[in-house]
Amino acid sequence: MAVPSFLARERIIARPGFNRWLIPPAALAVHLCIGQAYATSVYKTALVADFDSSLTAIGIVFSIAIVMLGLSAALFGTWVDRNGPRAAMFVSACFWSVGFLVGAAGIATDQLWLLYLGYGVIGGIGLGIGYISPVSTLIKWFPDRPGLATGMAIMGFGGGALIATPLSRQLMGWYDPAYDGTAATVASGDAVAKLFVTLGLVYLAFMLFGAFIVRVPAEGWRPAGFDPSTIKAKALVTTKSVSAANAIRTPQFWLLWVVLFCNVTAGIGILEQASPMIQDFFRESGTSTVAVTAAAGFVGLLSLFNMGGRFAWSTTSDFIGRKPIYMVYLGVGLVLYVLLATVGSSATWLFVLLAALIISFYGGGFATAPAYLRDLFGTYQVGAIHGRLLTAWAAAGVAGPLIVNRVLDARGEPGSLVAGDYRPALFIMVGLLAVGFVANLLIKPVAARFHEPKADAIFTDTTPETSAAR
Amino acid sequence: MTEQQHTSHTPAGLIAFAWTLVGLPLAYGLYQTISTASKLFTG
Repeated sequence: MAVPSFLARERIIARPGFNRWLIPPAALAVHLCIGQAYATSVYKTALVADFDSSLTAIGIVFSIAIVMLGLSAALFGTWVDRNGPRAAMFVSACFWSVGFLVGAAGIATDQLWLLYLGYGVIGGIGLGIGYISPVSTLIKWFPDRPGLATGMAIMGFGGGALIATPLSRQLMGWYDPAYDGTAATVASGDAVAKLFVTLGLVYLAFMLFGAFIVRVPAEGWRPAGFDPSTIKAKALVTTKSVSAANAIRTPQFWLLWVVLFCNVTAGIGILEQASPMIQDFFRESGTSTVAVTAAAGFVGLLSLFNMGGRFAWSTTSDFIGRKPIYMVYLGVGLVLYVLLATVGSSATWLFVLLAALIISFYGGGFATAPAYLRDLFGTYQVGAIHGRLLTAWAAAGVAGPLIVNRVLDARGEPGSLVAGDYRPALFIMVGLLAVGFVANLLIKPVAARFHEPKADAIFTDTTPETSAAR
Repeated sequence: MTEQQHTSHTPAGLIAFAWTLVGLPLAYGLYQTISTASKLFTG
C-alpha cells in the first residue's frame, strides 16, 4: 500500500549534520499521547453512570483497545518498517484521534457500541501502530545506545498516563462544574464526551508534530566516534539481518515471547489490583489501616516506578547486556514476589518498596524488548518483529487480571480480603517468573540459516534480498 | 540522493523547542503524580 509522497520514507532521509537528539522528542510526542490508554480509570465510573451499565461492560473498551494494539502492531509492523516513521506516526495520529471523536459521538448519543468501535477498535489500531512507529528509527539513530533510545520512547508511554489522569480530571471539572475530581462526585456523560473531543484534537496536533520532525538516518550513517566492532564483539548481538517472517520461525522469538508474557503477566497482577491490594494487606479486624487516599498515593507511586523503570533499566541494559538484565527482571523479580507473599504484610514501607521494584521491572521489560530484538535479529525488520512480539502483551493483558481475579473471587468478597488471600495468586506469578527466567536462559544466537542472504550491517537501512522461506 | 549530500545543521532552537514541548506536559504529569503519591506517606 503506497503512501502519499509527503509521508514517504525517501522524503525524510536526514542530511549529513542532522542532530539525532531531535528524534527522541518526536518519539515522545507519539508515546506521551498513546500512553493515555492507561488512564481510562479516571472516567470509568462516569461512563458506567452515563450508560447505566456495569464496570465490566465499560472495562471491555480498554480490553478491546489493548487487544487491537497487539493485533495491529503484529499485522502492520512490516508496513511500518517499509514506509517509515512519518507515515506510521501520521496514520497512528489519525486513528487515535478519530477513535476519540467516534467514542465521543458514542457517549453523546448514548450508544455503547460506538464507544467500543471508536476508542476500542479504531483507537486501538492507532495505539498499535503508534507504539512501534518510532522504535526501529530510534535503534538506527542510536546504534551505540539502543536501550537508552527505546527506553526514552517507551518511558513516554508510561508518562502518558501520568499526564492524562490529572489533565482529564481537570478538564472534566471545567466541563461539569458539579464534578470536583474526588470519588464523591461523578462527571456527567456530556463532560466525558467533551473531554474525548478535546483529547482527540490535542493528541492529533501533538502526534503530527512528532511526524513532522522525525527523520531516518541515511544509509551507512553512524554516530561520530562510534566503533561498530565494539557492538559486534558482544555475545548475542548479531550483525546479520533476519526478516520478520523468518524471525517468528526461530525459537529465540518464541522464547522472548514467553519472557515478555511472563514478565508482563506478573506485573499486571499487581498493577490491576494495586489500590485494594495495599488496603487488604493491612486489614486488621475487618478494617484497613491504609486510608483510601493513601492507597491512591500508592497507585501514583507505582506509576512513577513503572515509568522510571522503563528508562533506567533499559539504559542499564546497554552496559550489562540484554540477557543479564532480563535475568534481573525475572530472577530478582521472583525473589521479590516471594518476599511480598511471605513478609509483605509485616510493614507498609516494605510492601511499598517490594511492589515498586517489581513494577519497575515490569516497565523495564517492555522498554528493553526492542533492543533485545535488535541484538538477536538485526535492524532490518525490527519494527515488524517488535509488533509481532507485542501479541505477548495482549495475551498477558487477559491472563494477568484473570489469574488474580479468579483467585480473589474464590477467597472471599472484596473489602473483606486479607494478605493471605493474595498468596495463591502471588505464588502463581512466582511460577510464571520462573518459567520466564528459564526461557531467557535458553536464548542463544539465531542460527545462520535464518539470516538474509545479503550481508547487512546492523547500522544501515538497506533492504536485503528476500531469503527463501525456511 | 544528491539532496542528501548537502550538509544541514539542525537549529539548536528547534531541538530546545521540541524537548520543551514534550518536557512540559511530562513535568506537569510528574508533579501531579508525586503530589498524589505523597499522600501515601502523609495520609
